[in-house]
Amino acid sequence: MSPSYLAQDPTLADFGRDPWWLVLIKIVFAFAFGLLATLLGVWFERRVVGYMQVRPGPNQVGPFGLLQTLADGLKMAFKEDILPKAADKVVYFFAPTISVICAVTALSVVPFGPMVSIFGHHTPLQVTDVPVAVLVLLACSSMGVYGIVLGGWASGSTYPLLGGLRSSAQMISYEVAMGLSIVAVFMTAGTMSTSGIVAQQGHGTELTIFGNSIPAPGWYAILLLPSFIIFFISTVGETNRAPFDLPEAESELVAGFMTEYSSLKFALFMLSEYVAMVTMSAVTTTLFLGGWRAPWPITIWEGANSGWWPMLWFFGKVIALVFVFVWLRGTLPRLRYDQFMRFGWKVLLPINLVWILVLSGLRSIEDWDSRGKLIAVGIPAGILLVATLFWPNRRPQPKPTTQEQVDNRPYGSFPLPPMDLQVPPSPRITRVVAEREPANIATGSDSREV
Amino acid sequence: MTGADLLLIALGAVAVGSGVLVVTTKHLVRAGLYLVVCLGALAGDYLVLGAELVAWVQVLIYVGAVVVLLLFAVMLTRAPIGASDDLDRPGWPAALIGGGAGLGLTVLLVDAYRWSTVALAEAGTAERLGEQIFRSWVLPFEVLSVLLLSALVGAVVLSRPDIGRPAPAADRTAAPGGVDVETGGRR
Repeated sequence: MSPSYLAQDPTLADFGRDPWWLVLIKIVFAFAFGLLATLLGVWFERRVVGYMQVRPGPNQVGPFGLLQTLADGLKMAFKEDILPKAADKVVYFFAPTISVICAVTALSVVPFGPMVSIFGHHTPLQVTDVPVAVLVLLACSSMGVYGIVLGGWASGSTYPLLGGLRSSAQMISYEVAMGLSIVAVFMTAGTMSTSGIVAQQGHGTELTIFGNSIPAPGWYAILLLPSFIIFFISTVGETNRAPFDLPEAESELVAGFMTEYSSLKFALFMLSEYVAMVTMSAVTTTLFLGGWRAPWPITIWEGANSGWWPMLWFFGKVIALVFVFVWLRGTLPRLRYDQFMRFGWKVLLPINLVWILVLSGLRSIEDWDSRGKLIAVGIPAGILLVATLFWPNRRPQPKPTTQEQVDNRPYGSFPLPPMDLQVPPSPRITRVVAEREPANIATGSDSREV
Repeated sequence: MTGADLLLIALGAVAVGSGVLVVTTKHLVRAGLYLVVCLGALAGDYLVLGAELVAWVQVLIYVGAVVVLLLFAVMLTRAPIGASDDLDRPGWPAALIGGGAGLGLTVLLVDAYRWSTVALAEAGTAERLGEQIFRSWVLPFEVLSVLLLSALVGAVVLSRPDIGRPAPAADRTAAPGGVDVETGGRR
């Protein structure tokens, strides 16, 4: 058996040929990956945030506190499972399950590595792949909204309902930005299958500048930098992580949609949040960071992209992205809801659309060489930069006074009390003061408190 | 009858059954959930037929966005837990129209294709769909998008009271002396 097949990229034809036990192994592996990532992810987050806040974090259970999450999970399992009286029982029961299923299902189309040999079968390290795999990812993440919105509604109480509503608005808004940023990836890769996108990022183009040929990196994070940034921001919004964790803003909504949940159902929500975080990191890695392909200095070694090694690079990239998630949480305060929505609809979306327009314009010019393209990109970008630099400052509009604001309210608004209303002291207060007898200490009664 | 046929029929039955439940259930939010099941089963049907792109777009758009928005709107206004007994609008006109349309279409299709077989090219790939939509059917596609855009603009106009109505502020400043009465701030 020659090892030549080991180096090959899986294509769509390589899927659907595995015996049933191999499929089972892969599914169990992906599931175990999700669960283990949660166990370690919670620990990792608490330790890293602890380090950032100059405190130790969990360090008692097991070496470095590694078993803390396991202990917490056990504790949660033994807690009382509270079912609110006003809850819709069936939906209340199924909402956390929906969340977890959607988060885990997305892992099935994530490529963990290239073709490997498992017990004599050579097979891609990926549960399955379809020509529209990225749509499966998007569909899974959009179905995840149901878990949250239904959990909030079925609890039958106000704060969870508000949290659920917030989250559905939030996730739908940021899904639009997310989908649009993936469009750039489709256009560049020419395929929607995840393994195909990883394969496309393998070969970069050669840039010829002043006679030297420089191998340009093929990662879409570099080629499509705006898309990458927008995608990652909307990923944070989509997974309800800080600074976009408005659905569970504890200062406003207690715990948002999971206020009424307890015991294992709460644990399932926690699980889905962390699995979603890891899944999204894996998806970002696949779409923008070259998937399982080794980063540049390692590729000097020729065996880097074959066999089981790529799994290591993949996990490394995923851990790095999870670290960024945790870093954001440790650094940024939570956004206000209107700021968050304005950011999504008025900043991310227009930038995304313009970028896609520019990209498709560039791609339509096929007969140009790379240098011509570079010039075509560089000159407008330079003009844009200079224009931004010398753009006249927008004078801030004079703020309307309170009275003007009151006068400009639309017709039929609620009546307001006058702004200069002097509230006279209540006559009742003076009466109470007048009625109080002066304390008489001289009588010497201990029962009377002054 | 192959397994795929059986699956197709089973999913179709699920879609029809949950569709009936959508309009008959007394639970407002559960009606939305049955709609999810109905649309999901339809997506499953597409998947069985080999149209992967359409199936996942169905899940993404209809299940993942449209029904979520629908539930969102329901929950913003009134989303009672349990049965709503005040949903007492008579159902027979809608049943008549829906059943009639469904039956008519079935008869029409069965009569049109009776025993003829149509050779279909391999369906479902993104390339083929893109070619069809952006070459042969580009005009309906664009007209539909304009329709959606006008609906969007209309919704914005309807939801904002400060657009398209005579501003009461102009009247206020025109009438001297009446300012304090008209502002609404001093009531």
